[in-house]
Amino acid sequence: MSINRRSFFKALGVTGATFVFGKEAPARPANEEVTEFKAILYDSTKCIGCQTCEFSCAEAHNLPEPEDFPEMGVVRKTDENRRTVVNSYDTSIGEVYVKRQCMHCNDPACGAACLTQAMHKTKEGPVIWREDKCMGCRYCMVSCPFDVPKFEYDSPNPKITKCNMCFERQEEGKLPACVENCPGEALLFGTRRELIAEARRRISENPDVYYDHIYGETEAGGTSFLYLSPVPFEEIGFNTGIQKASYPSLTKGFLYSVPAVFVLWPMMLLGIQDATKDKQPKTEDHE
Amino acid sequence: MNNTISVPLSEEKKSRWKFFLGELKPKGKMFTWFNVISIPIMLLGLGLIVIRFWKGIGSITNLTQEVPWGLWIGFDVVTGVAFAGGAYVVTFMVYILNMKSYRSIVRVTVLNGFLAYVFYAGALLLDLGRPWNVINPIIGNGFGTSSVLFLVAWHFLLYMLAELIEFSPAIAEWLGAKRACKILSGMTLAAVIFGITLSTLHQSGLGALYLMAKEKIHTLWYSEFIPILFFVSSIFAGLSMVIFEGSITHKVFSDQISEKNHEQHHKILRGLSKVCTGALFAYFFLQVLVFVHSKNWDYLSTPMGYWYLTEMLGFVLLPMLLFYYSYRNNNITLIKVASVITMLGVIVNRLNVTVIGFRWDAAVHYVPSWMEIVVTMAVIFTEIWIFRWVINRLPVLRESPSWAKNMH
Ligand code: SF4
Ligand code: SF4
Repeated sequence: MSINRRSFFKALGVTGATFVFGKEAPARPANEEVTEFKAILYDSTKCIGCQTCEFSCAEAHNLPEPEDFPEMGVVRKTDENRRTVVNSYDTSIGEVYVKRQCMHCNDPACGAACLTQAMHKTKEGPVIWREDKCMGCRYCMVSCPFDVPKFEYDSPNPKITKCNMCFERQEEGKLPACVENCPGEALLFGTRRELIAEARRRISENPDVYYDHIYGETEAGGTSFLYLSPVPFEEIGFNTGIQKASYPSLTKGFLYSVPAVFVLWPMMLLGIQDATKDKQPKTEDHE
Repeated sequence: MNNTISVPLSEEKKSRWKFFLGELKPKGKMFTWFNVISIPIMLLGLGLIVIRFWKGIGSITNLTQEVPWGLWIGFDVVTGVAFAGGAYVVTFMVYILNMKSYRSIVRVTVLNGFLAYVFYAGALLLDLGRPWNVINPIIGNGFGTSSVLFLVAWHFLLYMLAELIEFSPAIAEWLGAKRACKILSGMTLAAVIFGITLSTLHQSGLGALYLMAKEKIHTLWYSEFIPILFFVSSIFAGLSMVIFEGSITHKVFSDQISEKNHEQHHKILRGLSKVCTGALFAYFFLQVLVFVHSKNWDYLSTPMGYWYLTEMLGFVLLPMLLFYYSYRNNNITLIKVASVITMLGVIVNRLNVTVIGFRWDAAVHYVPSWMEIVVTMAVIFTEIWIFRWVINRLPVLRESPSWAKNMH
């Protein structure tokens, strides 16, 4: 018996898709559309740790102002009352600041997890949460590889909270609040393609300043929040072991096999039922 | 509906009411040890549920931002539904493989399965932060078709319906509705086939829920084969539950069971333990393959590794050997022991994936609060109450009325 990776599901999946669509399921659409997502590039070499982004985020979303500040060795976390935090890391080149928030994945785990599409990847790029749809199951939290969505455990009418890239401001033609107010120009807003080109340019023009990697270009299938760093990313608290394929791809095999089971099982069961029927009066006891 | 229901004693409305009211009254003694323990816990649980809806989920649970699913999902839903798997296995044996000798346990198993879904999947509502939106994926305010949870939720719903249809002839017999009974009995096979298909998918779907939590679950318990493992283990989880539940109901409700069925029950237990041996063997074999495939040797000598070995050897291999030995030697007591160990093993396995191994490396571990445990127990006790109520009234263990005998 040989078990190849996913071969079982894949076989079922292809059969299922064939049954349902009459042809093989098309592969994911290539990157054309994906690259035009709006995105934010964060350059940690330019960040001065002033927390202006935190304050302007709190103001834009009516949240309490932050009361603590980045401190070396302390990992502050986003929670239901703050959607972005700036942390300070002690690295091989000294202190480095890092802003964290939702990564706005191209193919987000939270969105694939959500059974009501309350978590939704807009065609513009931001991943947003919609109050009128969410049932508070918290499956998005279980699935997000960056632990981004937070839940208001102490409210009878709880919300899921996370950065939405100021989607409502973008709709009015404004910049996300953090980008607009950053005094160090550490944040840049644009299309994902432009920003990746810009990040590449910065790396190639100043190879001694930057670590040669854009975090978010390929991680988790690519994200709309892109990071530049002066040091390897594990030094500033990033999970560099994160898979390159998107997280929803982990469940695709299973989901594709569903239609196949739905078609094949009943036929098979009926077949067995029919085959065993004749013997029934004679053999009382099968065991 | 009304014209198909004919009440045994009289056709008048009044007597129908009397019949219902009479059936609502508790039967049997009030002061049994079970009642004395369960009533306070159910009341306490009810109080806690009120607090939970008033002050939020955080007021009675220990859930955190990192561990958003705890005991209520990991035990009530994921484990409870595995135990309810007996219904699809037994209906498969009786209606698809035509193993007539298992007929006598079909109704009680289906009833058990149905109630388990109602209560344990129902416990999901307690865990939903915004339960008033639970109808959204049904009415189409967002069809999250790429979501495994969407699939599982729909399947729960449809499967409850299938089980209700499978069980409905018993209800019709209770009400003395002859025509309805005939129609409903005719729907059984379709419901069974539909139900088995749904079960295959959502038993594995419960495992598939955790596929995206790749980095969060200890590698010894995470693999892309979780869905298959969950499905195979639901077979022996369900059957051990049937064995366990059967040995209890045969004691408690012995007055309802005919002499013939009592005798047959031992034969049934032996047959079931044979199936359990096979399923446990397949499961163990799969686990070994998955383990070898993922090259996790280094983890074995860590505390989590010892725990993993305990699960595999003590709760899979051991009960498999016990089942094998006991059906060869016709040892009914040992069959019951094996079923209890198997059930413990299923609990251990499901909790390892959903709670113990989930964020096992987090700084602050999630440990369920006593209140979460009380609510869980309250849910289980309520289910048993309803189960007892039904058994005492409907022809589940007891023979069907004579008019219904030749209908199915
Ligand atoms: S980082 Fe998490 S919450 Fe943000 S889009 Fe990706 S999966 Fe969703
Ligand atoms: S908690 Fe809300 S947003 Fe998150 S998966 Fe559930 S329904 Fe979707």
